[in-house]
Amino acid sequence: MAAAAARAGDVRSGIRLRFRAQPVWVQALLVVALLALAASLPHVLPPLTERSNYYVAILFKVGLAALLAVGLNVVVGFAGLLDLGYVAFFAIGAYTYAILTGAVAFTLAQRERLPNAVELIPEFHLYSWLIFFVAMAIALLAGVILGAPTLRLRGDYLAIVTLGFGEIVRLVANNLRGVTGGPLGVKSIPHPAINLGGLHYDFSINNNPYYWLTLILIGIAIFLVTRVNDSRVGRAWAAIREDEVAAAAMGVPTVRMKLLAFATGAAIAAIAGVIYASQVIFVSPRTFSLLDPTFGSFIVLAMVVLGGMGGIWGPIVGAAAMVFLPEYFRFLGDGRFLVFGAALVLIMIFRPQGLIPSRRRAAELTGHDIREATLFDVQHGETPS
Amino acid sequence: MDCPNAFSTWVGLALTGLVLGALYAMIALGYTMVYGVLQLLNFAHSEVFMVGSFGGLYALLWLGVQGPRSGLSLVLTLAFAFLVAMAFAGITAVLLERVAYRPMRRRGASRLAYLIAAIGASLFLSNLFLLLDGERHLGLPFDWPAIAGRAPVNIPDVLERHELFQILGVSFTNIQLLIFVVAVVMTVVLDMFVRRTKMGMGIRSVAEDPETASLMGVSINLIVTTTFLVGGLMAGAAGLLYAINFGVTQFNLGFIPGIKAFTAAVLGGIGNIRGAVLGGVLLGLIENLGIACVSAQWRDVIAFAVLVLVLMFRPTGILGEQVGG
Repeated sequence: MAAAAARAGDVRSGIRLRFRAQPVWVQALLVVALLALAASLPHVLPPLTERSNYYVAILFKVGLAALLAVGLNVVVGFAGLLDLGYVAFFAIGAYTYAILTGAVAFTLAQRERLPNAVELIPEFHLYSWLIFFVAMAIALLAGVILGAPTLRLRGDYLAIVTLGFGEIVRLVANNLRGVTGGPLGVKSIPHPAINLGGLHYDFSINNNPYYWLTLILIGIAIFLVTRVNDSRVGRAWAAIREDEVAAAAMGVPTVRMKLLAFATGAAIAAIAGVIYASQVIFVSPRTFSLLDPTFGSFIVLAMVVLGGMGGIWGPIVGAAAMVFLPEYFRFLGDGRFLVFGAALVLIMIFRPQGLIPSRRRAAELTGHDIREATLFDVQHGETPS
Repeated sequence: MDCPNAFSTWVGLALTGLVLGALYAMIALGYTMVYGVLQLLNFAHSEVFMVGSFGGLYALLWLGVQGPRSGLSLVLTLAFAFLVAMAFAGITAVLLERVAYRPMRRRGASRLAYLIAAIGASLFLSNLFLLLDGERHLGLPFDWPAIAGRAPVNIPDVLERHELFQILGVSFTNIQLLIFVVAVVMTVVLDMFVRRTKMGMGIRSVAEDPETASLMGVSINLIVTTTFLVGGLMAGAAGLLYAINFGVTQFNLGFIPGIKAFTAAVLGGIGNIRGAVLGGVLLGLIENLGIACVSAQWRDVIAFAVLVLVLMFRPTGILGEQVGG
């Protein structure tokens, strides 16, 4: 069966079928091995490449970008919604952490040279880990509030509304000095630490612990999202993507399903925002503009679209590409975005499904008959992806 | 909230709002026409506007404008600048359609792909002008011309701003009159073009039903190109006016006005030419009167909020949308 698929020239489906054919414990072992390999990169790469600091810093960025890409993939790749304001949820996560740890209060007090400012120095307590969940909840709420009235709009309109929302969040963060620290940003955001009984681990400024934390979260996110996608929700998403009117006629609760995707993406972005804020110590509205070269909405969208929508590896590969490639193109200087813009246009003309799309998405985007893709799977005893 | 007491302040704000709205309307027409014909959000239209303003700048520089002019010299200078600005913008718009959108149309691309391509084109154009700063870029063996760059570029003072008359205690300047007159004239001409000429009928027919239109012998490609061209011409004129009014232009001039112009188009009803005009004027008024009671830094938030609210509660706009199948 796997051999037949491989013969048909479909390398990926061959690998996937052989993976699925293994007993569950072997599958689990392979996943753990993969994770261990990824986790070891900060220690393995520097000696191999003799550029220690570079890779350690980059890996964390890639991890964060991959987390964001996985989140946006749920919205754009699975549910087919074009979200151009994704960075807003990232910002919500980061600022929630900054505000709730007291960093904003401290920064403001310091700026006004209040005498009791020293007492307000933010510390990370054990209960501060709950801020992760609070940030997720707030982003979920924001996603629902934004999404409920707008998700019934056409795709292009939704794109512009989310764009507007993204800008509104950034501008509000910029203008509400008393709440978010204003354009000068927030500093002294505390690093996380684990102080449980005998276990003391301070995250500090070292990039590695954040990278590992991000890896774990990516793993959890991917696991949850693929489970959801393989369920009725995922099929609802596929139905909505292909023909929303027909899906609604078949009884699919379209708005609720879209809202679910939207809110999930928002929550994932918020978590990424919390981790980001806790590592960089300093946060300002500039990072959350649409055009930020690392985490801006357009860049994350490019990660998902260029890497390939709807699958697991697509967004991750896209994230790695979008973080690494600008480094290689550094000789272009400011011209990087020129080349990037041209590349976007060319890729949309010639390979709109991206590098590693899910087969279903590829068929949808290139206008091929979706039945060809699924029929092939059914013939070989696999359910449609 | 401390709202101004003087009536004249409100009038002044309303007046500048109207003028700003006229500019938004001109840019919005480009968005609305392309959306009506192709159902495509031409993200790169904001960069067409920016190119138009730079075109006007080059025209003025080429003419050697050092200081304000008057009389016939002024009229000729401005006419030339308008022609060049509109040409720059129009050509950019047509190139955009030919190079970026037409190949995708041929391949039957999805909406998402169009939007991403539009974003890519927008990034390309704005960064192109970012690079025109006289340095060496992209590893090429020559310096790029120094006509734009990261910093704002000053426009030569071709028109000396002075008050023409007073309305309800507020002065109305010659530049404001210029903007107003150009906007009205161009909008009227466009309206006549779309409603009275054969080409205009072609545009309307393609906007309504492309398949039947092509069956009736309308050349879709020609119509699409014309639509882009016309939108580009209007954006070019708006670009020059914007540059003269604010005295500067910059590589990212198009970003915020572009989104606001799109807001205007949606506010009035996308695909609807009169809607775009109404939406533009309305948005300009709302924006200006909105910041009367709060500080000016909330200006953009108000505009975006209008966008979000309109799309939430009345996505078809005030005059209703006119989009084909």
